Amino acid sequence: MEIKDFLQKGAILLDLEAKTSEDVIRSLGGKLRELGCVKDDFIEAALEREAKMPTGLPLGGEYNAAIPHVDIEYVNRSALGLATLQDDVVFYNMVDNQEEVPCRLVIMLALDKPKSQIEMLQSVATLLQNPEIIKNLVRAKTIEDVFEILS
Amino acid sequence: MTKTVIVSCGTGIATSTVAAKAIEDACKAAGIDVVTRQCKASEIPVVVQQGADLIVTTSQLRFDPGIPVVKGLAFLTGMGVDAVVKEILDILNKE
Repeated sequence: MEIKDFLQKGAILLDLEAKTSEDVIRSLGGKLRELGCVKDDFIEAALEREAKMPTGLPLGGEYNAAIPHVDIEYVNRSALGLATLQDDVVFYNMVDNQEEVPCRLVIMLALDKPKSQIEMLQSVATLLQNPEIIKNLVRAKTIEDVFEILS
Repeated sequence: MTKTVIVSCGTGIATSTVAAKAIEDACKAAGIDVVTRQCKASEIPVVVQQGADLIVTTSQLRFDPGIPVVKGLAFLTGMGVDAVVKEILDILNKE
């Protein structure tokens, strides 16, 4: 079970117009909620977590990414949402919540069990470590492109 | 002797899973017997009391847990992994 098995077609937002990390979390979380993957209070929990313990990751390439996620209690079934952003949106560094990380890619993780989905998490990490894949995702024009890049 | 490494992140379920797997693999390759315990950063004070040699964290720690701490974000971003693995192995080999 890899990224493409969890990624929800209905929770892929390409070229999203967003000003803040809150905009992105509300948009992506809203899609996952509409799909029934997460509970009603998922978005508020994700916003709270992002404020206290941010998920921005400075990567080696042209674009950075953020991976918002919360405790399992807010999740109905494991799923991923993905947004590419029209412009950089500021998230904060996972290891330093004062450091701004301008992000162009956001992968929202909804996990329903602790320490599970290791393959999927590994492939998210592998993806984050590959600037070329990140760049291709950011430039993807269609949902089909996204799945093509991930396969 | 088996070493215990606490692997923490914000929720104890996502990024620490990736880091824990990488630490287990690296220790195995180096011939170090290791057990990893995943937890939330906020749970560290309790988990530390059960005994551990090292903490690897992918989130910010705002307190001194009293044992060595290594930042493990490299296991996610891939930047500087070799240096982090060396740091971890050096600490575990020393004790």
